[in-house]
Amino acid sequence: MTDNRDSSSIFRKKISRRSTLKGLGATAAGLVAGPIVAGPGFVRYAQAQSSAPIKIGFQAHRTGIGAAYGRWYEKTTNAAIKAINDAGGITGRPVEIIVEDDGTDPGRGAEVVGKFATQHKVDVAYGTLFSHVVIGSAPVAGEFKLPYFVVSEGHHVASTKLNRYVFQPGITDVKSQIQAMAPWIAANAGKKVCQIFPDFAFGYDHRDYLPPALKAQGADVVAQIAIPPTESSFTKYFPQIPSDTDVIYHVMVGPAVLTFVKELGEFYGSNRPQLFGFIDSLEAVDINSPGLEFLDGSHFWEGAPRYAQADDSDAMKAYRAAVGIDDNGASVDDPKDVSTAAHMFGCWETLYVIKKAMEDAGYKGPEDRAKLVEATEALTEFAEGPEHPQGKKTFNGKIHQCFGIQNISKVEDGKLKVVHKTSIEDGLYEPEGDYTTQAL
Amino acid sequence: MAFGPHLLLATLEGLVTAAVLALTALGLSLVFGVMRVVNVAHGEFFMLGAVLAWAVASAFGGHPAVGFVAALVVAPLIVGALALVADLLVLKRLNYNPEATIVATIGLLYIIQQAALSFYGPEARPVEAPFSYRVLLPWFGYSGYKLAVIGASILLLLATWFVLARTRIGMVMRATQYDSETAQAFGIPVDRVYAGVFAVGAMLAAVAAVLIVPTSQAHYLMGRDPLLLSFIVVIIGGLGSLRGTVVAALLIGVSDGIISVFFSPTLAKIIATLAVAMVLVFRPQGLFGTAAR
Repeated sequence: MTDNRDSSSIFRKKISRRSTLKGLGATAAGLVAGPIVAGPGFVRYAQAQSSAPIKIGFQAHRTGIGAAYGRWYEKTTNAAIKAINDAGGITGRPVEIIVEDDGTDPGRGAEVVGKFATQHKVDVAYGTLFSHVVIGSAPVAGEFKLPYFVVSEGHHVASTKLNRYVFQPGITDVKSQIQAMAPWIAANAGKKVCQIFPDFAFGYDHRDYLPPALKAQGADVVAQIAIPPTESSFTKYFPQIPSDTDVIYHVMVGPAVLTFVKELGEFYGSNRPQLFGFIDSLEAVDINSPGLEFLDGSHFWEGAPRYAQADDSDAMKAYRAAVGIDDNGASVDDPKDVSTAAHMFGCWETLYVIKKAMEDAGYKGPEDRAKLVEATEALTEFAEGPEHPQGKKTFNGKIHQCFGIQNISKVEDGKLKVVHKTSIEDGLYEPEGDYTTQAL
Repeated sequence: MAFGPHLLLATLEGLVTAAVLALTALGLSLVFGVMRVVNVAHGEFFMLGAVLAWAVASAFGGHPAVGFVAALVVAPLIVGALALVADLLVLKRLNYNPEATIVATIGLLYIIQQAALSFYGPEARPVEAPFSYRVLLPWFGYSGYKLAVIGASILLLLATWFVLARTRIGMVMRATQYDSETAQAFGIPVDRVYAGVFAVGAMLAAVAAVLIVPTSQAHYLMGRDPLLLSFIVVIIGGLGSLRGTVVAALLIGVSDGIISVFFSPTLAKIIATLAVAMVLVFRPQGLFGTAAR
């Protein structure tokens, strides 16, 4: 009996809340219909409608092999949300982050996205890095029609193999990065390249896109070595590196990255081929760790530079201060706690893209998700500045992917110094499809 | 790389794996042999050894060897003490019932793993090797420390053998293993032997972890592989047989090294698992085990 009464009262309450919301929505639509056309004035206008927080579900790698990235993604996210809320939130509403740990696991990732949609009832999901988790979670986001903004680097979003609800507006994809790097590698490092990459989706992007990009520059990939991401010992793979290799192109992820680079050093010593690495191989690891001396003079790709550079913009300085990293890219509280600076800027920038798209769409609640998708697709350019400290970007709404500059840094005196910046054009490629033709 | 040096590298890698595996699996085998307890949390004692090694080594400044030696002494002692507590609070209360202890040690596995995640964090942290000598061979360089790991492991295995075969403590353990009821009737404090054996088993895993951690890194999930491989070794060698464990560790370690280098690490794991299946089918007591009484 009591149960019955309880559930019916909850039911009644639900109906009344829904009808209230409907009423509110109708009123709001009537009120803002004019100002939407009129432009930005509407943002302040909407403030009166609702002050309930906008909820962003943050799919975080708190545990598992992506944990080091996850921790810094979380720090960056918190800093960005603080900055956004201090400046008045999104469409005048405060922003609330709801964190769920996905264990860097695709199965768990899909569950987390489902939980965001059905239990937390978030407005958008956001923040995933590891590509296998993105690929595992994307179908769920599509099923629930939940906009899903990833910060992953993988080419899977831009390949248009996922669905219309998945976006990557804050960080460039591997295909674009490789295409921009290849001319520099062929011209400065060597023509015979041996690739070492992790044996899963993200690594396959490197495996598939480097050979054609190098070929176009007159260089060749002489060997490709795939290593399972959970591997803890690497020496056994090194004999596969051909002896006539000019350059070892390495990109590793996971908790054993330091071991990988150390064992590479033990194997070759100072008599090594040129090394070109994606900083992923050393992200969250101090490059001055014992055993890494042999890296001196080698080159790394960096999304955003780990070390403060002489020509850093004011926006970059402000971003670094807000996130709390020092000139060496380590936590201001603990100089041993090295950040994932090359990637985590993508969280900051993605959150500002969400903000921009929500404001463009006049976003009021989950019923406006389709409008939000269209507003995001309509974006074309992000200017360099406090919201995009890594640099200017362009955005292709058809493939849901942004394009930006890349940094090549040299290890010098125990620091990474940017020696070359590519242009946005270096990383552009022909779209492989068009998400906007898919139904919403 | 030419075939000769390639094989040399494969063998060296295999021997390092075998050295660490032998110590870890010996702990598992000892616990099963004497107590008939399948300790699923064994890999977590290994992980704990590595994590504590990081904690101890980073607490000591100065030369890395100082911190390492301290870790080599302190980490296994702490792990042993913890195992002792686990035995008193959990296993003993279950009367060492084989089924119940499997479930209990699974619980222990999660408690230790998640505690490490809470208190140590999700990062992989390096422990500096006591020395960083690089052995320069004509074809490739090799970590001198890894060679030292092989040596240290051999010494520890000999010490364990000596304790088991030549001392009074070892005799008491063997008596308990042979027939615990009769041993008790002869006044052997079986409960204390059990507690001691459980602690020593965990300490062997911890020592192995401290030895290997400078060549890899301490991470809260690192206990899984050693556990799996230890089970493989112990099943192939024969549960409870010290000699079988060492021989099987050598077999699995070296073949893993060679197959990984010449073919792929995945194939090495497949073959090891297949070997377990074959042993279970054709010689369930293991290569050196005696049939169950």
